[in-house]
Amino acid sequence: MMREYKKLWMALGIIIFLTPLGLLATGTAYGEWSTDELAEVLGFVPGGLARFADFWQGALLPDYGIPGMTATFMHSAVGYIVSAVIGVVLVVGITMLFAKVVKD
Amino acid sequence: MHIPDGYLSPQTAIPFIGLMVPIWGVAVNKVKKTLKKREVPVLAIGAAFSFTIMMFNLPVPGGSSAHAVGAVLLAVLLGPWAASIGVSIALIIQALVFGDGGILAIGANCFNIGVVMPFVGYWVYRWIKGQADGLSSRAIVAAAIGAYVGLNAAALCTAVEFGAQYHLFQAVDGTPLYFMYPMKMAVAAMMIEHLVLAGPVEAIITALGLGFVAKTHPTLMSDKVPVNGNPGHSEGVMAK
Repeated sequence: MMREYKKLWMALGIIIFLTPLGLLATGTAYGEWSTDELAEVLGFVPGGLARFADFWQGALLPDYGIPGMTATFMHSAVGYIVSAVIGVVLVVGITMLFAKVVKD
Repeated sequence: MHIPDGYLSPQTAIPFIGLMVPIWGVAVNKVKKTLKKREVPVLAIGAAFSFTIMMFNLPVPGGSSAHAVGAVLLAVLLGPWAASIGVSIALIIQALVFGDGGILAIGANCFNIGVVMPFVGYWVYRWIKGQADGLSSRAIVAAAIGAYVGLNAAALCTAVEFGAQYHLFQAVDGTPLYFMYPMKMAVAAMMIEHLVLAGPVEAIITALGLGFVAKTHPTLMSDKVPVNGNPGHSEGVMAK
């Protein structure tokens, strides 16, 4: 699994290492504003949105950061890389299950 | 483009989950039949690539941000059904573990980013590529244009789903219940960001990614080797 696509795995590793560049853009993506941001901009939070916004409480690394470790850019960068590594391990692990069901 | 929970009414979000279940079923069956065992790591790397590429937020003037996805790169390498699976896995992990994109909204997000984008991008790629070889520069350009169009198709779907909420769901006092801006504004804002910034970045990343795969693993990209044909282009050329 590792040897045949060694260069692709290495490229993925470099991309993971570079992910903190994505932290330089600090603006919230369109339509992904928090309820706090909405309250500030609109003066209210839409009723239905407020009801469902916190539907999922299980995110262990919210916003690709380690909770409580976001004080400086360096802290956020470490959290971001840790998140990328954990995310990649999970995504690769789940996708590799297909190796058990495909042919040859 | 990851719709959070609360932005879509349950009447919108739940049917999208219902729509995705059979799509995932078909995709898994297609992949089981067509993907080779040795291609599975490529799908895993591709899904992980998509996961990490979505972490590279690009600053949008005016205080917003956007990002590329990588879905068309996967579609070109392994086909649109495999791309749907890879990107869906990335999106589900992003929602569950990192709170990026909603859980109720997971169907809509997987439809926009994991189905519309790879399929539209792949169709455009095939149409422009025509009979050209998978390793030709024409194919790379076709993939870049496919990536641009695919990302923007996904952004348009997201914007329309957003905008529809404003017109369909209002509280008794007339305030919006879910997404809070009219269709025109949602489409304009989403499309400007993706047509001008994220789309070109998606095209460049797709071209660079394919260029890298072409160099390191040309057999992944050349079209199906003819029965009597020469396998692997670079090796074939060198052997002569």
